[in-house]
Amino acid sequence: MRKREAGRGTRHKFRWDNRMHFYVLRRLLYTLPIILGVTIVCFSFIHLAPGDPIGAVLPENASAQVVAEIKAAYGFDRPLPVQYLKWLGRVLGGDFGTSIMTRRTVISEVAPAVANTALLAVTAIGLSFTFGITLGLLAGFSNRRVTDRSVTAFAVVGISVPHYWLGMVMVVIFAVLLHSLPATGMGPAGTNILAFTGEDISHLILPALTLATIPTGVLARSVRAMVAEVRRQEFVQTLKGKGLRRGRIFLHIVKNAAPPIMAIMGLQFAQLLGGSILVETVFAWPGTGFLLNAAIATRDLPLLQGTVIVLAIFFVLTNLFVDVLQTAVDPRVRRA
Amino acid sequence: MPRDPLVEVRDLSVRFVNRDIDLTVVDDVSFRLDAGEVLCFLGESGSGKTVTMRALLRLLPPHARIGGSIRLAGHDVTAMSERQLEAVRGPVGAMIFQEPMTALDPVFTIGTQIAETIVAHEAVSWAQARARALELLEMVQIPSAARRLDAYPHELSGGLRQRAMIALALSCKPALLLADEPTTALDATVQIQILLLIRSLQKELGMATIFVTHDIGVACEVADRIAVMYAGRFVETGPVADIVASPAHPYTAGLLRSTVSASTRGERLASIPGGPPDLTDMPPGCAFGPRCVSHGAACDAGVPPLIPFAGGRASRCLLTKEVVHAGQGGGSVSREAHM
Repeated sequence: MRKREAGRGTRHKFRWDNRMHFYVLRRLLYTLPIILGVTIVCFSFIHLAPGDPIGAVLPENASAQVVAEIKAAYGFDRPLPVQYLKWLGRVLGGDFGTSIMTRRTVISEVAPAVANTALLAVTAIGLSFTFGITLGLLAGFSNRRVTDRSVTAFAVVGISVPHYWLGMVMVVIFAVLLHSLPATGMGPAGTNILAFTGEDISHLILPALTLATIPTGVLARSVRAMVAEVRRQEFVQTLKGKGLRRGRIFLHIVKNAAPPIMAIMGLQFAQLLGGSILVETVFAWPGTGFLLNAAIATRDLPLLQGTVIVLAIFFVLTNLFVDVLQTAVDPRVRRA
Repeated sequence: MPRDPLVEVRDLSVRFVNRDIDLTVVDDVSFRLDAGEVLCFLGESGSGKTVTMRALLRLLPPHARIGGSIRLAGHDVTAMSERQLEAVRGPVGAMIFQEPMTALDPVFTIGTQIAETIVAHEAVSWAQARARALELLEMVQIPSAARRLDAYPHELSGGLRQRAMIALALSCKPALLLADEPTTALDATVQIQILLLIRSLQKELGMATIFVTHDIGVACEVADRIAVMYAGRFVETGPVADIVASPAHPYTAGLLRSTVSASTRGERLASIPGGPPDLTDMPPGCAFGPRCVSHGAACDAGVPPLIPFAGGRASRCLLTKEVVHAGQGGGSVSREAHM
């Protein structure tokens, strides 16, 4: 057993001990079957969907022989398990195939889209974490019914309003009527935030605000609920009873409320990283949602598969990160 | 403080008020407590004993309204701001809770929870506070205390958790220790250890202590004086030995008769008929009236006063004088009371 020096570890902080290594390792191993499962689902759902990918590239009057040749060229004539294994082998090597529509590699299509979406997602998540957590804390710590009720009302509206509709309304107000912000597209600097100018930021504002609405509402509501629940617990009386300052009690409550909130934040972030088909289409933002939309519309199977897998892996990794973080904050999780 | 009692409570009342109800849960409670003295609030659940104790440190929910006056070591607790109370909670009065699992913060180590209390009240560094926390854990006889400093509450057994809770309460050397059923949530074998520990620490440190319990055996074990509570009021107060020997109030007498002991083996245990009154629908006079064998018409005229009598005792019963004269068995007043 390590004996700590007096004076170290007195303030609260994340504890990283041997059990943490073990936990992280085990959690990492868990993600492998999950990712494998994702690849199987991605591979098979496309074969379950109606419509023939070959039909999209070939003219309608193509002869049966040409169809068969094309099928053979893409490997669509082989049994499904064989197709899956061959495909998986290539995917593991980083080769997601070639887009049927653009004839460019899937990776070269997906990578910039992921970057574009990430820029939007990080901005939106920054906004929603800031506002959602602030509002949630405000409502959770307030003893006044008015504050609590108005935050809850705001949160419910935020969660319920259809965000593509909100996006269009904002376009109408800020772009069409006020001419103050651009309606669509990215700024000239793209994702190179070092070269950002006012114009790039102005392009980001409307889509980021639109995307931030739902996570802000979700967070405000869950932070409020968690804080209120923790405040009702008996140990808060102990903290008051030993004469702690309000700031210190606040710290205790926040640390107790944090683990479930972090899980929610992780899910929200992962969802935003996936891009929003509707919002990116409304704002013509060239991200993954936009790409997925195009891939679906044109039945571009390799592109669709590649995009979905990349997004799913992001999702799994975000959850892994959140789980590890949660474990570091809450000692009780390490027991499990 | 020359000659002033450590605790002086006068006409304390606590009401829980919200839009729909206004409920008086504690009423007409007055008592004094000197340094080093042990007072026990004895009563059933809902009799107001915990609320009375928590009122002393104003640890009540926001909808509670406190009336009367509470003086703790010269501080007027009822008139203080939350900020001023922070200085009282801990060094003047500290509290041990019934359920140590829920009363300790689950995501902070025991060491941090004790050390932060010391840091909050004294000008010491975290390192010094941690060293003090270690001493405190040793004082409450936690084995391998150095290792437990880094333990989280869920990693300790119930008994050790309660010891840690006691160490926490003692961390700022309080003049008054408030113990709210500190043994109720524990196994029977652990209960007596914790009880003995609290008693020996109380003697060693000379703390005044208020103990809340529903267990008359516990009261006899630790208390100098007891105050029996019923429906939010004291119904009988006095030295523990005298009350046990000759209870003056019919409720106390009923409590004592319904206690299990070796002498009642094989007999059917007596119980008080009925249940405590609904606080929203109190009887007109004596709250115990409807359950009392000696109940008479005069009892319903109004709430009887707490009638003082010989030996520093008092009883909230109109028949008080009679009962005492009839049952006077020359009970000597000893400060050390054992059953």
